[in-house]
Amino acid sequence: MNAARHEAALAQRLTPGSLLYLDGVTVTFDGFRALNALSLTLEPGEMRAVIGPNGAGKTTMMDVITGKTHPDSGIAMFDGLDLTRLDEPAIAEAGIGRKFQKPTVFDEHSVLGNILLALKNPRGPHRNLLFTLRGEERDRIDHVLSTVHLADARDRRAGELSHGQKQWLEIGMLLAQDPRLLLVDEPVAGMTDAESEETAALLVEINRNHTVLVVEHDMEFVRALDVRVTVLHEGSVLAEGSIDHVSADPRVVEVYLGR
Amino acid sequence: MTGAVALLRAIAADRAVPIAAVVILATALALAFGNSNGTVPNWLVPLVGKYLCYALLAVSIDLVWGYGGILSLGHGVFFGLGGYAIGMHMMRLIGPRGVYAHPVLPDFMVFLNWTELPWYWHGFQHFPFAAAMALLVPGVVALVFGFLAFRSRVTGVYLSIITQALTFATMLAFFRNDMGFGGNNGLTDFRDLLGFPVRSDGMRIALMLASAVALVLSLLGCRALVASRFGMVLVAVRDAESRVRFLGYRPEHYKLVALVISAMLAGLAGALYVPQVGIINPSEFAPANSIEAVVWVAVGGRGRLVGAVLGAVAVNAAKTWFTGALPELWLFALGLLFVLVTLFLPRGLLGLFTLRRSSIAATPAVRPA
Repeated sequence: MNAARHEAALAQRLTPGSLLYLDGVTVTFDGFRALNALSLTLEPGEMRAVIGPNGAGKTTMMDVITGKTHPDSGIAMFDGLDLTRLDEPAIAEAGIGRKFQKPTVFDEHSVLGNILLALKNPRGPHRNLLFTLRGEERDRIDHVLSTVHLADARDRRAGELSHGQKQWLEIGMLLAQDPRLLLVDEPVAGMTDAESEETAALLVEINRNHTVLVVEHDMEFVRALDVRVTVLHEGSVLAEGSIDHVSADPRVVEVYLGR
Repeated sequence: MTGAVALLRAIAADRAVPIAAVVILATALALAFGNSNGTVPNWLVPLVGKYLCYALLAVSIDLVWGYGGILSLGHGVFFGLGGYAIGMHMMRLIGPRGVYAHPVLPDFMVFLNWTELPWYWHGFQHFPFAAAMALLVPGVVALVFGFLAFRSRVTGVYLSIITQALTFATMLAFFRNDMGFGGNNGLTDFRDLLGFPVRSDGMRIALMLASAVALVLSLLGCRALVASRFGMVLVAVRDAESRVRFLGYRPEHYKLVALVISAMLAGLAGALYVPQVGIINPSEFAPANSIEAVVWVAVGGRGRLVGAVLGAVAVNAAKTWFTGALPELWLFALGLLFVLVTLFLPRGLLGLFTLRRSSIAATPAVRPA
């Protein structure tokens, strides 16, 4: 217990200024190494794209960061907090938001209701029995809805939205939640080219005030983001650098791009 | 202040609940006046009072099942505990008028050769204490049960099975004479309540009206609860519990609050029920009773509050008629009703009136859990 805490404190000293710090993170499921000594650091304000073939460990990495999975070994720190000791709600409260690969919105609630649920304010039951929206929160919701192009759909049931709209609604929920770090899993899956372009522009916009980690398969999209890229393979980092740099790496071509 | 305005607005937003509230109160008052001038027969008053208590029990189940996705098959425990609390009060009021004429001990304790009142029977001679216990005991049982179950993330059919075990275990415990609750005979032979004879016509009318008021207030309260942000989180937990966690909410806290409120409403229903039927015994804890109450909610339409009231009244009216006309067929009819409603009316009887919103039918809200 103390040794682990000491190790974590040490890690924080070694990486001053990093917002997210993963070092030697290993996760094993029934003998299968989903993550194998994965190390990754995000600076505050950075946007990072993570790519990799299926099974490379991208989703497991997000599970570790958001507390869904606890690693067998390794260090996972977020702004001085040991993520391996916190559960999902605590990590969300600490300032990490997540958009899932398959858009998961609350179908029974309206678009407005989904944003309202995500809105950054107290999460306890007693605080929400007599909850009423303040003026600035109303403005904030309107701003989020127009940012994700759903202002006209605010009263529609979220379950009735198109796939692309659901993706945007979930990004809108992330905006309303206003976390310091956004984990965005395949935001343009199932989107048209035009929608993808808009989403890329939206993420760049979001990145002005937030640190963003985006997982994506679509190379055009990653190129449009124009950010540092990390390539995962078999649970660890294979290459890191600009999109042109990693695209030229023969190992990356072999495991991912060449196929 | 803004909270109160928001609450009123929330209640008014869905007109079904206020309309139902007016209909329930008007019906109850009409029956009361009709009975006092002789146009409504005496037997009808406690019968309607009983239906109203069942409706309140159904509303309490709808709160956790329809909105929180917690399929409790053990709400009979909370109903029965509320009933026992008020039953104990009425037992204490019998005093020396019992068969054995003991000044303090109820008859069954004298029969068991007990010489002293068990500690947990103290205080029940006071109505406010007994009334508080009728709400608090179910609430505390729900708090402990829910805390343990939700903390361990027990959900779905496993939770339902545990609630069945809870009600079955409670029934077995209350059957034991040395538990001190009258064993399999339960508590009966009540004389008076709040200074009036419990079997008088006036008392029957008063209890029926009290049940109507309790039902209406509970409906309005539940309506405000589910329309609040708390209720929105509860529905979100029902449809996508793990997703809610990633937004920073703790689903177990929300489910626990809902279960405790629901248990207290069920306790209130039981407390109003027992003086009207004149007896409470361990058969109220029979597992089948709790399941039957869930069937009422399914038949009426889950997740709408008003549906629970409709289902409870409709099924029990059918039961009253059937058990009079074709007693041996009732259980078959009930089973068939449940199968037919599940197959053809997934949104219950209420779904018949709200076909316009049929798009909702394909969502998890109405899928059988």
